[in-house]
Amino acid sequence: MSGLYNDPVGHWVVVVVAMTLLLFVVLTATAYTVWFERVALGRIQRRPGPNRVGPAGLLQLAADGVKLAFKESFIPAETDKLIYVIAPTIGVAAAFLAWAVIPIGLWYNVQYWIADVNIGILLVFAASSLNVYAIVLGGYSSNNKYSLLGGLRSAAQLISYEMALGLSLVPTFMIVGSLRLRDIVQYTVSWGPYHGPLPLIILTPIGFVIYLIAATAETNRTPFDLPEAEQELIGGFLTEYSGLKFTMYYLAEYLNVITVSALATLLFFGGWYLWIVPPVLAFLLKVVLFLFLYIWLRGTFPRLRYDSLMRLGWKVLLPLAIANVIVTGIVLVAVQG
Amino acid sequence: MTDEQEPPEHPTSLRGPSEGVPAKPKGEVPGVAADVAALVSGLKTTLTESFRPVVTTMYPEDKTPRAERYRGRHYLRRYDNGLERCIGCELCAAACPVGCILVIAAENTDEQRVSPGERYAKTYEINMLRCIFCGYCEEACPVQAIVLGPEYELSDTSREKFIYTKEKLLEPLPPDVQARLDAKPLSNPPHGLGRDSTRAQ
Repeated sequence: MSGLYNDPVGHWVVVVVAMTLLLFVVLTATAYTVWFERVALGRIQRRPGPNRVGPAGLLQLAADGVKLAFKESFIPAETDKLIYVIAPTIGVAAAFLAWAVIPIGLWYNVQYWIADVNIGILLVFAASSLNVYAIVLGGYSSNNKYSLLGGLRSAAQLISYEMALGLSLVPTFMIVGSLRLRDIVQYTVSWGPYHGPLPLIILTPIGFVIYLIAATAETNRTPFDLPEAEQELIGGFLTEYSGLKFTMYYLAEYLNVITVSALATLLFFGGWYLWIVPPVLAFLLKVVLFLFLYIWLRGTFPRLRYDSLMRLGWKVLLPLAIANVIVTGIVLVAVQG
Repeated sequence: MTDEQEPPEHPTSLRGPSEGVPAKPKGEVPGVAADVAALVSGLKTTLTESFRPVVTTMYPEDKTPRAERYRGRHYLRRYDNGLERCIGCELCAAACPVGCILVIAAENTDEQRVSPGERYAKTYEINMLRCIFCGYCEEACPVQAIVLGPEYELSDTSREKFIYTKEKLLEPLPPDVQARLDAKPLSNPPHGLGRDSTRAQ
Protein backbone atom coordinates (compact mmCIF):
# COMPACT_ATOMS: atom_id res chain seq x y z
CA MET A 1 0.00 0.00 0.00
CA SER A 2 2.71 2.46 0.93
CA GLY A 3 4.62 1.56 -2.22
CA LEU A 4 1.65 2.56 -4.30
CA TYR A 5 1.41 5.82 -2.40
CA ASN A 6 5.04 6.70 -3.01
CA ASP A 7 4.88 5.98 -6.73
CA PRO A 8 3.98 9.30 -8.41
CA VAL A 9 1.49 7.76 -10.85
CA GLY A 10 0.13 5.23 -8.38
CA HIS A 11 -0.46 7.99 -5.89
CA TRP A 12 -2.70 9.86 -8.28
CA VAL A 13 -4.55 6.70 -9.23
CA VAL A 14 -5.26 6.03 -5.58
CA VAL A 15 -6.34 9.61 -4.98
CA VAL A 16 -8.67 9.71 -7.97
CA VAL A 17 -10.25 6.38 -7.04
CA ALA A 18 -10.61 7.52 -3.45
CA MET A 19 -12.18 10.79 -4.53
CA THR A 20 -14.70 9.02 -6.73
CA LEU A 21 -15.56 6.62 -3.96
CA LEU A 22 -15.83 9.40 -1.41
CA LEU A 23 -18.07 11.44 -3.70
CA PHE A 24 -20.39 8.47 -4.04
CA VAL A 25 -20.33 7.65 -0.34
CA VAL A 26 -20.85 11.22 0.78
CA LEU A 27 -23.68 11.82 -1.69
CA THR A 28 -25.42 8.64 -0.55
CA ALA A 29 -24.84 9.59 3.06
CA THR A 30 -26.39 12.99 2.42
CA ALA A 31 -29.46 11.44 0.83
CA TYR A 32 -29.93 9.10 3.75
CA THR A 33 -29.31 11.89 6.24
CA VAL A 34 -32.30 13.66 4.74
CA TRP A 35 -34.30 10.44 5.00
CA PHE A 36 -33.12 9.94 8.59
CA GLU A 37 -34.05 13.49 9.45
CA ARG A 38 -37.51 13.21 7.97
CA VAL A 39 -38.20 9.93 9.74
CA ALA A 40 -36.79 11.11 13.07
CA LEU A 41 -38.68 14.40 12.91
CA GLY A 42 -41.77 12.44 12.03
CA ARG A 43 -41.38 10.20 15.04
CA ILE A 44 -40.88 13.19 17.30
CA GLN A 45 -44.18 14.54 15.98
CA ARG A 46 -45.71 11.03 16.06
CA ARG A 47 -45.87 10.77 12.29
CA PRO A 48 -44.30 7.91 10.32
CA GLY A 49 -42.30 10.12 7.95
CA PRO A 50 -41.63 9.00 4.39
CA ASN A 51 -42.65 5.35 4.10
CA ARG A 52 -44.09 4.90 0.63
CA VAL A 53 -41.21 4.83 -1.85
CA GLY A 54 -39.23 1.65 -1.45
CA PRO A 55 -38.90 -0.35 1.77
CA ALA A 56 -39.41 1.98 4.75
CA GLY A 57 -39.33 4.94 2.37
CA LEU A 58 -35.62 4.44 1.70
CA LEU A 59 -35.98 5.37 -1.97
CA GLN A 60 -37.85 8.58 -1.20
CA LEU A 61 -34.75 10.65 -1.83
CA ALA A 62 -34.21 9.03 -5.22
CA ALA A 63 -37.75 10.01 -6.14
CA ASP A 64 -37.20 13.53 -4.82
CA GLY A 65 -33.92 13.80 -6.67
CA VAL A 66 -35.48 12.76 -9.96
CA LYS A 67 -38.30 15.20 -9.42
CA LEU A 68 -35.92 18.06 -8.67
CA ALA A 69 -33.64 17.19 -11.56
CA PHE A 70 -36.47 17.34 -14.06
CA LYS A 71 -37.85 20.64 -12.84
CA GLU A 72 -37.54 23.62 -15.12
CA SER A 73 -34.32 25.51 -14.48
CA PHE A 74 -35.97 28.83 -13.89
CA ILE A 75 -34.12 32.10 -13.51
CA PRO A 76 -36.30 34.94 -12.26
CA ALA A 77 -36.34 38.28 -14.03
CA GLU A 78 -33.86 41.03 -13.16
CA THR A 79 -31.50 38.68 -11.37
CA ASP A 80 -27.75 38.88 -11.55
CA LYS A 81 -27.70 35.77 -13.69
CA LEU A 82 -24.06 34.78 -13.43
CA ILE A 83 -23.92 35.07 -9.65
CA TYR A 84 -27.36 33.55 -9.33
CA VAL A 85 -26.16 30.41 -11.10
CA ILE A 86 -22.71 30.28 -9.53
CA ALA A 87 -23.79 30.81 -5.90
CA PRO A 88 -25.24 27.31 -5.30
CA THR A 89 -22.22 25.66 -6.87
CA ILE A 90 -19.93 27.52 -4.48
CA GLY A 91 -21.89 26.09 -1.59
CA VAL A 92 -21.79 22.51 -2.78
CA ALA A 93 -18.14 22.70 -3.89
CA ALA A 94 -17.07 24.11 -0.53
CA ALA A 95 -19.02 21.43 1.29
CA PHE A 96 -17.34 18.68 -0.73
CA LEU A 97 -13.90 20.26 -0.40
CA ALA A 98 -13.93 19.80 3.35
CA TRP A 99 -14.21 16.07 2.88
CA ALA A 100 -10.85 15.92 1.15
CA VAL A 101 -9.09 15.96 4.49
CA ILE A 102 -11.60 14.33 6.80
CA PRO A 103 -10.23 10.93 7.82
CA ILE A 104 -12.91 8.29 8.10
CA GLY A 105 -10.79 5.52 9.55
CA LEU A 106 -7.71 3.41 9.58
CA TRP A 107 -8.60 -0.23 9.07
CA TYR A 108 -6.02 -2.99 8.50
CA ASN A 109 -3.52 -0.32 7.45
CA VAL A 110 -5.89 0.98 4.78
CA GLN A 111 -6.33 4.70 5.09
CA TYR A 112 -9.88 5.86 4.55
CA TRP A 113 -9.06 9.43 3.60
CA ILE A 114 -7.88 11.33 0.56
CA ALA A 115 -5.30 13.74 1.91
CA ASP A 116 -3.53 13.73 5.22
CA VAL A 117 -2.41 17.34 5.45
CA ASN A 118 -0.84 18.89 8.49
CA ILE A 119 -3.30 21.78 8.52
CA GLY A 120 -6.34 19.53 8.08
CA ILE A 121 -8.73 21.20 10.45
CA LEU A 122 -7.78 24.62 9.15
CA LEU A 123 -8.63 23.49 5.64
CA VAL A 124 -12.00 22.20 6.80
CA PHE A 125 -12.81 25.56 8.34
CA ALA A 126 -11.53 27.45 5.34
CA ALA A 127 -13.75 25.37 3.06
CA SER A 128 -16.81 25.44 5.26
CA SER A 129 -16.63 29.20 5.73
CA LEU A 130 -16.92 29.55 1.95
CA ASN A 131 -20.51 28.49 2.46
CA VAL A 132 -21.34 32.03 3.53
CA TYR A 133 -20.51 33.21 0.00
CA ALA A 134 -23.03 30.80 -1.44
CA ILE A 135 -25.72 32.11 0.85
CA VAL A 136 -24.90 35.82 0.65
CA LEU A 137 -24.39 35.81 -3.12
CA GLY A 138 -27.53 33.73 -3.61
CA GLY A 139 -29.52 36.16 -1.51
CA TYR A 140 -27.96 39.17 -3.21
CA SER A 141 -28.42 38.02 -6.78
CA SER A 142 -32.00 36.77 -6.45
CA ASN A 143 -33.58 40.22 -6.74
CA ASN A 144 -35.91 39.44 -3.89
CA LYS A 145 -36.08 41.26 -0.60
CA TYR A 146 -36.61 38.07 1.39
CA SER A 147 -33.57 36.52 -0.21
CA LEU A 148 -31.54 39.60 0.54
CA LEU A 149 -32.67 39.66 4.17
CA GLY A 150 -31.82 35.99 4.51
CA GLY A 151 -28.42 36.55 2.98
CA LEU A 152 -27.67 39.48 5.26
CA ARG A 153 -28.77 37.59 8.34
CA SER A 154 -26.65 34.70 7.26
CA ALA A 155 -23.55 36.85 6.78
CA ALA A 156 -23.90 38.33 10.25
CA GLN A 157 -24.65 34.99 11.84
CA LEU A 158 -21.90 32.99 10.19
CA ILE A 159 -19.25 35.60 10.91
CA SER A 160 -20.36 35.85 14.54
CA TYR A 161 -20.30 32.15 15.18
CA GLU A 162 -17.24 31.31 13.13
CA MET A 163 -15.05 33.02 15.72
CA ALA A 164 -16.55 31.07 18.60
CA LEU A 165 -16.34 27.91 16.52
CA GLY A 166 -12.66 28.39 15.75
CA LEU A 167 -11.76 29.40 19.28
CA SER A 168 -13.66 26.47 20.78
CA LEU A 169 -11.19 24.11 19.09
CA VAL A 170 -8.02 25.95 20.05
CA PRO A 171 -7.69 24.15 23.41
CA THR A 172 -7.82 20.85 21.50
CA PHE A 173 -4.90 21.90 19.30
CA MET A 174 -3.01 23.19 22.32
CA ILE A 175 -3.36 19.83 24.05
CA VAL A 176 -2.59 17.70 21.01
CA GLY A 177 -0.04 20.05 19.50
CA SER A 178 -1.14 19.40 15.92
CA LEU A 179 -3.73 20.50 13.40
CA ARG A 180 -3.57 17.19 11.57
CA LEU A 181 -6.89 15.45 12.08
CA ARG A 182 -5.24 12.02 12.26
CA ASP A 183 -2.97 13.20 15.07
CA ILE A 184 -5.94 14.55 17.00
CA VAL A 185 -7.78 11.26 16.68
CA GLN A 186 -4.74 9.21 17.57
CA TYR A 187 -3.88 11.38 20.54
CA THR A 188 -2.96 8.98 23.30
CA VAL A 189 -2.41 9.52 26.97
CA SER A 190 -0.56 7.52 29.54
CA TRP A 191 -2.31 8.05 32.81
CA GLY A 192 -1.77 5.47 35.51
CA PRO A 193 -2.37 2.03 34.02
CA TYR A 194 -4.15 3.49 31.01
CA HIS A 195 -2.30 4.01 27.79
CA GLY A 196 -4.25 4.55 24.64
CA PRO A 197 -6.53 6.81 22.67
CA LEU A 198 -8.61 9.18 24.69
CA PRO A 199 -11.76 10.97 23.60
CA LEU A 200 -10.70 14.57 23.93
CA ILE A 201 -14.07 15.65 25.31
CA ILE A 202 -12.78 14.56 28.71
CA LEU A 203 -10.13 17.25 28.47
CA THR A 204 -12.13 19.91 26.65
CA PRO A 205 -15.79 19.66 27.71
CA ILE A 206 -16.45 23.40 27.49
CA GLY A 207 -14.88 23.51 24.05
CA PHE A 208 -17.25 20.75 22.99
CA VAL A 209 -20.34 22.59 24.21
CA ILE A 210 -19.27 25.77 22.42
CA TYR A 211 -18.45 23.77 19.30
CA LEU A 212 -21.83 22.07 19.34
CA ILE A 213 -23.75 25.36 19.58
CA ALA A 214 -21.55 27.27 17.15
CA ALA A 215 -21.58 24.41 14.65
CA THR A 216 -25.38 24.36 14.73
CA ALA A 217 -25.34 28.05 13.93
CA GLU A 218 -22.70 27.58 11.23
CA THR A 219 -24.80 25.01 9.42
CA ASN A 220 -27.95 27.18 9.64
CA ARG A 221 -29.77 24.50 11.55
CA THR A 222 -32.71 25.04 13.84
CA PRO A 223 -32.67 26.79 16.35
CA PHE A 224 -30.27 29.02 14.41
CA ASP A 225 -31.90 28.78 11.00
CA LEU A 226 -32.64 32.46 10.69
CA PRO A 227 -31.19 32.79 7.16
CA GLU A 228 -33.82 30.48 5.76
CA ALA A 229 -36.59 31.07 8.29
CA GLU A 230 -39.53 29.65 6.37
CA GLN A 231 -42.16 31.42 8.40
CA GLU A 232 -40.65 34.90 8.30
CA LEU A 233 -38.53 34.97 5.16
CA ILE A 234 -40.35 32.33 3.08
CA GLY A 235 -37.07 30.48 2.73
CA GLY A 236 -34.61 33.39 2.84
CA PHE A 237 -31.85 32.99 0.30
CA LEU A 238 -33.57 29.84 -1.02
CA THR A 239 -36.76 31.68 -1.98
CA GLU A 240 -35.99 32.13 -5.68
CA TYR A 241 -34.17 28.86 -6.15
CA SER A 242 -35.73 25.72 -7.56
CA GLY A 243 -34.80 22.55 -9.34
CA LEU A 244 -31.15 21.58 -9.43
CA LYS A 245 -29.92 24.87 -7.99
CA PHE A 246 -32.14 24.36 -4.97
CA THR A 247 -30.88 20.79 -4.77
CA MET A 248 -27.32 22.07 -4.58
CA TYR A 249 -28.11 24.34 -1.65
CA TYR A 250 -29.97 21.52 0.03
CA LEU A 251 -27.10 19.13 -0.60
CA ALA A 252 -24.58 21.64 0.74
CA GLU A 253 -26.63 22.19 3.88
CA TYR A 254 -26.84 18.52 4.72
CA LEU A 255 -23.26 17.91 3.73
CA ASN A 256 -22.24 20.61 6.16
CA VAL A 257 -24.28 18.97 8.87
CA ILE A 258 -22.48 15.69 8.23
CA THR A 259 -19.16 17.54 8.16
CA VAL A 260 -19.66 19.17 11.54
CA SER A 261 -20.88 15.85 12.95
CA ALA A 262 -17.77 14.15 11.59
CA LEU A 263 -15.57 16.89 13.02
CA ALA A 264 -17.22 16.56 16.43
CA THR A 265 -16.54 12.85 16.24
CA LEU A 266 -12.92 13.35 15.23
CA LEU A 267 -12.07 16.18 17.57
CA PHE A 268 -13.93 15.18 20.71
CA PHE A 269 -14.95 11.53 20.56
CA GLY A 270 -11.90 9.70 19.34
CA GLY A 271 -12.83 9.38 15.68
CA TRP A 272 -12.78 5.77 14.56
CA TYR A 273 -11.75 4.29 17.88
CA LEU A 274 -14.53 2.64 19.81
CA TRP A 275 -13.63 -0.41 21.87
CA ILE A 276 -13.77 -3.45 19.53
CA VAL A 277 -16.06 -1.94 16.92
CA PRO A 278 -14.39 -1.93 13.47
CA PRO A 279 -12.94 1.54 12.81
CA VAL A 280 -15.05 2.75 9.89
CA LEU A 281 -18.25 1.44 11.49
CA ALA A 282 -17.36 3.13 14.76
CA PHE A 283 -16.87 6.41 12.92
CA LEU A 284 -20.19 5.97 11.15
CA LEU A 285 -21.98 5.16 14.39
CA LYS A 286 -20.65 8.24 16.12
CA VAL A 287 -21.53 10.47 13.18
CA VAL A 288 -25.04 9.07 13.07
CA LEU A 289 -25.45 9.78 16.77
CA PHE A 290 -24.40 13.36 16.18
CA LEU A 291 -26.76 13.65 13.23
CA PHE A 292 -29.52 12.41 15.47
CA LEU A 293 -28.56 15.04 18.04
CA TYR A 294 -28.90 17.79 15.42
CA ILE A 295 -32.25 16.42 14.28
CA TRP A 296 -33.37 16.12 17.87
CA LEU A 297 -32.47 19.75 18.47
CA ARG A 298 -34.38 20.72 15.35
CA GLY A 299 -37.42 18.81 16.52
CA THR A 300 -37.33 20.42 19.94
CA PHE A 301 -36.25 24.04 19.97
CA PRO A 302 -37.91 27.05 18.39
CA ARG A 303 -35.89 29.54 16.38
CA LEU A 304 -33.93 32.17 18.28
CA ARG A 305 -34.84 35.79 17.91
CA TYR A 306 -32.23 37.76 15.99
CA ASP A 307 -30.98 39.82 18.92
CA SER A 308 -30.81 36.71 21.14
CA LEU A 309 -28.76 35.03 18.45
CA MET A 310 -26.27 37.89 18.33
CA ARG A 311 -26.16 38.17 22.12
CA LEU A 312 -25.48 34.45 22.48
CA GLY A 313 -22.74 34.59 19.88
CA TRP A 314 -20.88 37.68 20.96
CA LYS A 315 -21.62 38.00 24.67
CA VAL A 316 -21.70 34.37 25.77
CA LEU A 317 -19.96 31.99 23.38
CA LEU A 318 -17.05 34.20 22.32
CA PRO A 319 -15.93 35.28 25.83
CA LEU A 320 -16.43 31.72 27.03
CA ALA A 321 -14.29 30.39 24.20
CA ILE A 322 -11.54 32.91 24.87
CA ALA A 323 -11.62 32.13 28.60
CA ASN A 324 -11.45 28.45 27.72
CA VAL A 325 -8.31 29.05 25.66
CA ILE A 326 -6.67 31.05 28.45
CA VAL A 327 -7.54 28.56 31.18
CA THR A 328 -6.36 25.63 29.07
CA GLY A 329 -3.11 27.45 28.40
CA ILE A 330 -2.52 28.07 32.09
CA VAL A 331 -3.32 24.47 32.98
CA LEU A 332 -1.07 23.15 30.22
CA VAL A 333 1.82 25.27 31.39
CA ALA A 334 1.21 24.20 34.98
CA VAL A 335 1.04 20.49 34.08
CA GLN A 336 3.84 20.32 31.55
CA GLY A 337 6.02 22.85 33.35
CA MET B 1 -67.42 58.60 24.32
CA THR B 2 -64.97 60.99 25.89
CA ASP B 3 -61.89 62.49 24.38
CA GLU B 4 -59.77 61.65 27.41
CA GLN B 5 -59.28 57.96 26.76
CA GLU B 6 -56.80 56.06 28.80
CA PRO B 7 -53.92 54.73 26.70
CA PRO B 8 -54.30 50.96 26.29
CA GLU B 9 -52.47 49.08 28.93
CA HIS B 10 -49.79 46.85 27.43
CA PRO B 11 -48.56 43.90 29.46
CA THR B 12 -44.93 44.78 28.82
CA SER B 13 -43.08 47.94 28.08
CA LEU B 14 -42.55 48.41 24.37
CA ARG B 15 -39.17 50.10 24.49
CA GLY B 16 -35.84 48.92 25.69
CA PRO B 17 -33.84 45.72 25.57
CA SER B 18 -36.65 43.58 26.95
CA GLU B 19 -39.11 44.66 24.27
CA GLY B 20 -41.90 42.14 24.03
CA VAL B 21 -40.32 39.87 26.60
CA PRO B 22 -42.63 38.99 29.47
CA ALA B 23 -41.44 40.31 32.78
CA LYS B 24 -39.50 37.74 34.76
CA PRO B 25 -41.31 36.48 37.85
CA LYS B 26 -40.39 38.34 40.98
CA GLY B 27 -38.24 36.61 43.54
CA GLU B 28 -35.48 34.31 42.44
CA VAL B 29 -34.03 35.02 39.02
CA PRO B 30 -33.62 31.80 37.03
CA GLY B 31 -29.97 31.18 36.40
CA VAL B 32 -28.09 29.33 33.69
CA ALA B 33 -28.77 26.01 35.42
CA ALA B 34 -32.52 26.60 35.32
CA ASP B 35 -32.32 27.58 31.64
CA VAL B 36 -30.36 24.46 30.79
CA ALA B 37 -32.83 22.37 32.80
CA ALA B 38 -35.62 23.88 30.73
CA LEU B 39 -33.83 22.95 27.52
CA VAL B 40 -33.22 19.42 28.77
CA SER B 41 -36.85 18.99 29.75
CA GLY B 42 -37.80 20.03 26.22
CA LEU B 43 -35.40 17.48 24.75
CA LYS B 44 -36.80 14.82 27.06
CA THR B 45 -40.33 15.58 25.94
CA THR B 46 -39.53 15.18 22.27
CA LEU B 47 -37.53 12.02 22.87
CA THR B 48 -40.30 10.34 24.85
CA GLU B 49 -42.84 11.42 22.21
CA SER B 50 -40.74 9.78 19.52
CA PHE B 51 -41.09 6.40 21.22
CA ARG B 52 -44.85 6.58 21.49
CA PRO B 53 -46.91 4.98 18.74
CA VAL B 54 -47.48 6.85 15.51
CA VAL B 55 -50.98 8.28 15.26
CA THR B 56 -51.15 8.63 11.48
CA THR B 57 -53.85 6.63 9.71
CA MET B 58 -52.25 5.01 6.67
CA TYR B 59 -55.05 6.27 4.49
CA PRO B 60 -55.50 4.12 1.43
CA GLU B 61 -54.92 0.97 3.50
CA ASP B 62 -56.52 2.05 6.77
CA LYS B 63 -59.50 4.33 7.01
CA THR B 64 -60.95 6.20 9.89
CA PRO B 65 -64.44 5.02 10.83
CA ARG B 66 -67.37 7.09 9.59
CA ALA B 67 -70.05 8.23 11.98
CA GLU B 68 -73.37 6.44 11.76
CA ARG B 69 -75.05 9.50 10.37
CA TYR B 70 -72.22 10.46 8.01
CA ARG B 71 -73.54 11.98 4.81
CA GLY B 72 -71.74 10.48 1.86
CA ARG B 73 -72.90 9.03 -1.44
CA HIS B 74 -76.64 8.61 -1.97
CA TYR B 75 -78.58 5.39 -2.29
CA LEU B 76 -82.06 4.71 -3.52
CA ARG B 77 -83.59 2.09 -1.27
CA ARG B 78 -86.01 -0.75 -1.91
CA TYR B 79 -88.63 -2.49 0.21
CA ASP B 80 -87.86 -5.99 1.41
CA ASN B 81 -89.94 -7.44 -1.42
CA GLY B 82 -87.73 -5.73 -3.97
CA LEU B 83 -90.06 -2.89 -4.92
CA GLU B 84 -88.50 0.55 -5.10
CA ARG B 85 -89.39 2.95 -2.35
CA CYS B 86 -89.26 6.02 -4.54
CA ILE B 87 -92.71 7.24 -5.61
CA GLY B 88 -91.44 9.97 -7.90
CA CYS B 89 -92.88 12.83 -5.84
CA GLU B 90 -89.86 15.09 -6.53
CA LEU B 91 -89.85 16.46 -3.00
CA CYS B 92 -86.11 15.72 -2.84
CA ALA B 93 -85.51 17.76 -5.98
CA ALA B 94 -87.56 20.59 -4.49
CA ALA B 95 -85.67 20.45 -1.22
CA CYS B 96 -82.25 20.33 -2.83
CA PRO B 97 -80.55 23.73 -2.31
CA VAL B 98 -78.26 23.33 -5.33
CA GLY B 99 -80.74 21.66 -7.64
CA CYS B 100 -78.61 18.63 -8.38
CA ILE B 101 -81.47 16.10 -8.39
CA LEU B 102 -83.51 15.33 -11.47
CA VAL B 103 -86.61 13.16 -11.09
CA ILE B 104 -88.92 12.24 -13.96
CA ALA B 105 -91.85 10.22 -12.73
CA ALA B 106 -93.96 7.67 -14.55
CA GLU B 107 -97.22 5.89 -13.72
CA ASN B 108 -97.17 2.42 -12.27
CA THR B 109 -99.40 -0.04 -14.04
CA ASP B 110 -100.56 -3.48 -12.91
CA GLU B 111 -98.33 -5.08 -15.54
CA GLN B 112 -95.36 -2.97 -14.70
CA ARG B 113 -95.19 -2.28 -10.99
CA VAL B 114 -91.95 -0.71 -9.81
CA SER B 115 -93.03 0.95 -6.58
CA PRO B 116 -96.03 0.41 -4.34
CA GLY B 117 -97.40 3.90 -4.91
CA GLU B 118 -99.16 5.36 -7.94
CA ARG B 119 -95.99 6.56 -9.60
CA TYR B 120 -92.35 5.73 -9.65
CA ALA B 121 -89.17 7.50 -10.73
CA LYS B 122 -88.49 6.67 -14.36
CA THR B 123 -85.37 8.80 -14.24
CA TYR B 124 -83.50 9.62 -11.08
CA GLU B 125 -80.21 11.45 -11.48
CA ILE B 126 -77.96 13.21 -9.02
CA ASN B 127 -75.16 15.46 -10.19
CA MET B 128 -72.48 14.62 -7.63
CA LEU B 129 -70.34 17.57 -8.67
CA ARG B 130 -73.08 19.91 -7.55
CA CYS B 131 -74.23 18.01 -4.50
CA ILE B 132 -73.19 19.56 -1.22
CA PHE B 133 -74.20 16.51 0.85
CA CYS B 134 -76.53 18.50 3.05
CA GLY B 135 -78.95 15.62 3.45
CA TYR B 136 -82.08 17.72 2.78
CA CYS B 137 -83.24 15.20 0.17
CA GLU B 138 -83.17 12.48 2.80
CA GLU B 139 -85.16 14.68 5.18
CA ALA B 140 -87.68 15.64 2.52
CA CYS B 141 -88.40 12.11 1.32
CA PRO B 142 -91.78 10.89 2.64
CA VAL B 143 -90.95 7.20 2.06
CA GLN B 144 -87.27 7.18 3.08
CA ALA B 145 -86.33 6.24 -0.45
CA ILE B 146 -83.21 8.34 -0.76
CA VAL B 147 -80.55 8.04 1.94
CA LEU B 148 -76.96 9.19 2.21
CA GLY B 149 -74.49 6.38 2.78
CA PRO B 150 -71.03 6.29 4.30
CA GLU B 151 -68.94 6.26 1.07
CA TYR B 152 -66.90 9.41 0.58
CA GLU B 153 -64.31 8.44 -2.04
CA LEU B 154 -66.19 9.63 -5.10
CA SER B 155 -63.36 10.71 -7.35
CA ASP B 156 -63.61 9.90 -11.01
CA THR B 157 -61.99 10.76 -14.30
CA SER B 158 -64.66 12.69 -16.17
CA ARG B 159 -67.47 15.05 -15.41
CA GLU B 160 -70.01 12.79 -17.10
CA LYS B 161 -69.26 10.00 -14.64
CA PHE B 162 -70.40 12.21 -11.79
CA ILE B 163 -74.00 12.18 -13.02
CA TYR B 164 -75.19 9.28 -10.91
CA THR B 165 -78.05 7.58 -12.70
CA LYS B 166 -80.79 5.52 -11.19
CA GLU B 167 -78.94 2.30 -11.99
CA LYS B 168 -75.96 3.54 -10.00
CA LEU B 169 -77.99 4.83 -7.08
CA LEU B 170 -80.44 1.97 -6.68
CA GLU B 171 -79.69 -0.64 -4.07
CA PRO B 172 -79.27 -4.18 -5.34
CA LEU B 173 -82.29 -6.47 -4.98
CA PRO B 174 -82.64 -8.17 -1.63
CA PRO B 175 -80.84 -11.53 -1.81
CA ASP B 176 -84.02 -13.61 -1.36
CA VAL B 177 -85.81 -11.78 -4.17
CA GLN B 178 -82.76 -12.10 -6.38
CA ALA B 179 -82.58 -15.81 -5.60
CA ARG B 180 -86.25 -16.25 -6.47
CA LEU B 181 -85.77 -14.47 -9.76
CA ASP B 182 -82.73 -16.56 -10.57
CA ALA B 183 -84.55 -19.79 -9.77
CA LYS B 184 -87.72 -19.08 -11.75
CA PRO B 185 -87.42 -16.58 -14.58
CA LEU B 186 -90.59 -14.61 -14.94
CA SER B 187 -92.20 -14.78 -18.34
CA ASN B 188 -92.99 -11.08 -18.21
CA PRO B 189 -90.56 -9.56 -15.75
CA PRO B 190 -91.85 -6.35 -14.20
CA HIS B 191 -89.98 -3.23 -15.17
CA GLY B 192 -87.27 -2.48 -12.68
CA LEU B 193 -87.02 -5.97 -11.28
CA GLY B 194 -85.93 -8.00 -14.26
CA ARG B 195 -83.64 -5.29 -15.53
CA ASP B 196 -81.34 -5.65 -12.58
CA SER B 197 -81.18 -9.41 -12.68
CA THR B 198 -79.23 -9.96 -15.87
CA ARG B 199 -78.70 -13.62 -15.07
CA ALA B 200 -82.44 -14.23 -15.03
CA GLN B 201 -82.78 -13.49 -18.74
